[in-house]
Amino acid sequence: MHKWYYVDDYHYLTPFYSPCITDRCVAGSAEFGTPLPKFWLIPEAAFTLPFLLLFRLTCYYYRKAYYRAFWLSPPACAVPDAHQKYTGETRFPLIFQNIHRYAFYAAGIISLINTWDAIRAFHSGDGFGFGLGNIVLVGNVVMLWLYTLSCHSCRHIAGGRLKHFSAHPVRYRFWTFVSKLNTRHMMLAWITLGTLALTDFYVMAVAADWFPDLRFVG
Amino acid sequence: MGTKRHFRVWRGDDSGGDIQDYDVEVNDGEVVLDIIHRLQATQTPDLACRWNCKAGKCGSCSMEINGMPRLGCMTRMSTFEETETVTITPLRTFPVIRDLVTDVSFNYEKARETPAFAPPVGVAPGEYRMQQVDVERSQEFRKCIECFLCQNTCHVVRDHDENKPAFSGPRYFIRAAELDMHPLDDREDRKEYAQAKQGLGYCNITKCCTEVCPEHIKITDNAIIPMKERVVDRRYDPLVWLGRKIFRRDQLDEPAYTPAPAHSAGSSVPSVHTEGTPFTSGRRGEGAPVRDDGRMDVAELALPTQGGPSPFGDQEFPLPPGHLNYDPPAHD
Repeated sequence: MHKWYYVDDYHYLTPFYSPCITDRCVAGSAEFGTPLPKFWLIPEAAFTLPFLLLFRLTCYYYRKAYYRAFWLSPPACAVPDAHQKYTGETRFPLIFQNIHRYAFYAAGIISLINTWDAIRAFHSGDGFGFGLGNIVLVGNVVMLWLYTLSCHSCRHIAGGRLKHFSAHPVRYRFWTFVSKLNTRHMMLAWITLGTLALTDFYVMAVAADWFPDLRFVG
Repeated sequence: MGTKRHFRVWRGDDSGGDIQDYDVEVNDGEVVLDIIHRLQATQTPDLACRWNCKAGKCGSCSMEINGMPRLGCMTRMSTFEETETVTITPLRTFPVIRDLVTDVSFNYEKARETPAFAPPVGVAPGEYRMQQVDVERSQEFRKCIECFLCQNTCHVVRDHDENKPAFSGPRYFIRAAELDMHPLDDREDRKEYAQAKQGLGYCNITKCCTEVCPEHIKITDNAIIPMKERVVDRRYDPLVWLGRKIFRRDQLDEPAYTPAPAHSAGSSVPSVHTEGTPFTSGRRGEGAPVRDDGRMDVAELALPTQGGPSPFGDQEFPLPPGHLNYDPPAHD
């Protein structure tokens, strides 16, 4: 914990520590200042990690998955659920699933920050640099955007809430685009979980000198 | 020549019953409903089963095959192993009448409670104009054949009978979504109704309704989740709420359409009976529109201008008698 999250030579910062905002953050990794003190309980990305978790916790796909797998309500289709009483998402605390759109807004901002990290990683040493780490970071950011944009709340905001598509052609096109992504929301959820872990692992391994970054330029 | 296969079929009525074993001949290309018919023709002439079209379009032969809600006519025997026992039971969510026939009146009561299409003010029937792009979303939900497999598989009522008054079920959520997305529907309160009276919040989007839908309607993704998001717009989103207050939009969105009370006193309105029914959660069912004298208007079929004038303006009604290939009713 609290180390091997940043490769100073190539400006690789793992998405789990971005933006790095505690006093522990090494120079170069803290793009947005360090307003928080170092305390073992406070994660480096204290402003973003909770929202990332919230985005996935309230995600319509994840809800289906964990209601089935962990809450057994129902364990599978046409299989009796394991509860005496059922009120669904009508009351506290599950009524707060309705804030998914705010988690989506936050996830959009976080994706912007991660995009900035990926762009900045092309700057190594004095000039342009390009290595395997850049491919990993950019791949992760692309998949994150696809997952974020395929969100059901995004689909609603993009155009789903309209009654007359014909009066809003641009929003209709955006809605159509999001709808296509939306059918793959589950797959993208799992892919991004994988790319996040892979990116984090790659940056850690390079930072800890397990293996050197494969450099193409610079 | 077919093979003999083993079947287990639930037999009984509202007082109880059990699963009974049968060995039935199965031929190439047959579906489960064919086997039921063979059972009726050979071993159990008194086996009760609803069926109609045998083409997956009438929604009558809903049953549970090996525990999964399916249409009997759309479940091919070739999907089972030759040695596999096939167990057929009635829909579990609804009370059994006899054998495979269940009492699905829960659904009809919920249908009556769901507010109907509200015609736009100032546009006569026959003058409705919509763009295809606007009605496309609603059209998906018109594919519903009302087999009630989604209603049956939904765990909210399947495992919790006590939720039936408060919960309308996926079939009526797609109805609510269909009308809320309809470009000409004049009602503004469908979101509130879905949340308060249909029990949209009970749904925890586990998508079983979508999985069992024989018409492959994307019930959860295209109807329930959009409806939930629309409800969030109205009820749970503080920013939207604040914006509506500041810009006074809440006044604009006042329901423009106020349906006449279903039971106006003293008239002979053809009423729909919902009082005393066990599943009533929302408004009462509405009768058909009536004239001032309390009687229903003449059926549209008997009118000289059925369905209004041609949208293309190239046809005058009534058609000249020489153009008709049937014997028209006389209008004196």
